[in-house]
Amino acid sequence: MVKTLREMTEQPEGLSSGHSLCAGCAESIIVRQVLQAVGQPVVVACATGCLEIATSRFPTTAWNVPWIHSAFENAASTISGVEAAYRALVRKGRMPEKNIKFVAFGGDGATYDIGLQWLSGALERGHRFIYICLNNEGYMNTGIQRSGATIQGTWTTTTPAGKVVPGKPEWRKDLTSIIAAHHIPYVAQAAAHAWKDLETKVEKAAAVDGPSFINVLSPCTRGWRYDPSKTMEISKLAVETRLWPLFEVENGVWRLTYKSTTPKPVTDWLKSQDRFAHLLRPENEHVVQSIQRNVDREWTWLQRQCSLAAATA
Amino acid sequence: MTLKASERQGARSATGRAVAINGATLVAHAMRQVHPDVVACYPITPQTIITETFSEFVANGQVQTEFVAVESEHAAMSVCIGSAAAGARTQTATSGPGLALMWELLWVASGSRLPIVMHLCTRALSAPLNILCDHSDVMGARDTGWPILFSEDGQEAYDNAIQAVRVAEHPDVLLPVISTQDGFTITHGIERAEILDDASVRSFVGEYSSHRPLLDVEHPTTYGAWDYHDYYFEHKRQQADAMEKALGVIEAVGKEFGKMSGRPYGLVQPYRLDDAEFAVVVLGSAAGTLRSVVDDLRSRGVKAGMLRVRVLRPFPMKAVAEALKGVKVAAVLDRAFAFGAPAGALFGDVSVSLAVNGGGPRLVNYVYGLGGRDTLPEQFMTAFDDIRRIAKGASVQPVVRYLGLHEG
Repeated sequence: MVKTLREMTEQPEGLSSGHSLCAGCAESIIVRQVLQAVGQPVVVACATGCLEIATSRFPTTAWNVPWIHSAFENAASTISGVEAAYRALVRKGRMPEKNIKFVAFGGDGATYDIGLQWLSGALERGHRFIYICLNNEGYMNTGIQRSGATIQGTWTTTTPAGKVVPGKPEWRKDLTSIIAAHHIPYVAQAAAHAWKDLETKVEKAAAVDGPSFINVLSPCTRGWRYDPSKTMEISKLAVETRLWPLFEVENGVWRLTYKSTTPKPVTDWLKSQDRFAHLLRPENEHVVQSIQRNVDREWTWLQRQCSLAAATA
Repeated sequence: MTLKASERQGARSATGRAVAINGATLVAHAMRQVHPDVVACYPITPQTIITETFSEFVANGQVQTEFVAVESEHAAMSVCIGSAAAGARTQTATSGPGLALMWELLWVASGSRLPIVMHLCTRALSAPLNILCDHSDVMGARDTGWPILFSEDGQEAYDNAIQAVRVAEHPDVLLPVISTQDGFTITHGIERAEILDDASVRSFVGEYSSHRPLLDVEHPTTYGAWDYHDYYFEHKRQQADAMEKALGVIEAVGKEFGKMSGRPYGLVQPYRLDDAEFAVVVLGSAAGTLRSVVDDLRSRGVKAGMLRVRVLRPFPMKAVAEALKGVKVAAVLDRAFAFGAPAGALFGDVSVSLAVNGGGPRLVNYVYGLGGRDTLPEQFMTAFDDIRRIAKGASVQPVVRYLGLHEG
């Protein structure tokens, strides 16, 4: 159990430096925390996306652990195959049992959208793996296009803030709840800045003898349009404005792992990034109100899950 | 190919037992005996018998294979890729649209040099939906970098299923391999065949020793790095090189299989071609019907013959050209349309083979048997009638003709 930031700096790194992620990108921060909490040995499968591209340009690799990328939608199935191979080889006596962890990384594109079936199937089959969704609310590697994780009103290159349509018309999927509905032993939502919360969750996930899933908010300086130095601030703001609650679902019991004493209005979130700049114009007030309603609705729903859990405990 | 007792090689190392079962079950038995580490299959007609039979072997503890009941064919190939990269001997099976759904990953599997074996039960592609046999599915996979073996019947499907493992895993090859059998005709047709003893099959395929497995955690390996334009071409050239080498490997494995089983296999199977003037060139199960058509013609004094191509990829150009050397006119039979192409896929491959090897017979192309339509001996006979007329001066146009099509 990693206790202090200092201890973290002394852990071996599963992901080395020298990759080409943007300055200010949260993905490598999250990945390094995850790998430290999981420990070694570990095998990682990675979906196509920023993380994969920035860390594996032949003939280089930033991965100090066994790592496989096969396609965009199938990190969950790919790691299922690695895990199945491990089970088979141990059963046949061709390799000794080892406490190898199997981890898949995918962006929100890979996870919410193109890869949802593959993830769902792997969860239903009960493979022993941890799926980490690196959610930066868009298909960032291909140029900031909208995803199922993008909220209403967001400017993206496929939902531009134009004269007629002010950004993405639809709200977003609640993927974490969809995954919780698979009734796997451990599901959680985490964020880049809350390192202790994230690492605790990863350790719980790693202890599961079966599938687990953590959805981690990963601010994207290029796609969200904010200064790269502010990534951790932005991550914290997402939680404080209730855009991204931190919670876990452990064996079906829903629990908030952080509750702000001073929650902020959604306008604070919208003011902090230029992808929402158009929403601050008076003619888009209705969109801002709709966003606040949706955030409130999701928060109320989450509170209900948590109090149901507390009531039936 | 089912050899008559008199055609079998005298000595062989394996024993066997005669069975009367369908081709799909034969392949499931081959899989049982090969005993892969991981099998990931999604059911689709007419492959389902393979998936279901193998599942029974798992449920009965007859194999220790990890059977992954995936939720789609794309997931099946994804699991295979992860498993093979991890260091496990891995297999799958599919048909028609299932293969089409895997198409993106066929390239990933071969580009990543993973020796996965796929048992393909050939089926027509939609639309319109058709669950019966033709070769449109496998033709869509021709250029994906997988060596492809075409089985004529259940016995050969069983035999190829065993050989495919040795081809795929050969250090000069390291490519995933497709072994086909014709959907319904062979998968569901009961025939007399021989299943070899477990020990001989096991010893033939040997232990799998994989190259840089992910599960060798002491030596971390990165699979699936991306290339910029500075490396991609060379990686593909290496892949092409492996495919070229596969030809010799397939031949060698076929000979070795012959010593073990009494049934040797080559790249092509000529039938009464030595002095033939008129020949058909065919893939798969129609060869069975054609053999009797050839015999019929021969009994009437016509110098007819047949060339069955066993290996579609890598295409055995020299063997094909050599086999057709003395033939005057040949009918190449394609069991799939190649829409917009000059002619069918097999016709194209045979044409090139002749062109680069000093020429050969004039060729015409017949599309036949689409969507499971059976082609009768008398219909194949019309192809021979045509090419005999062409030899006497009739036009070789149109190059693409049809057998058994209801026209007009």
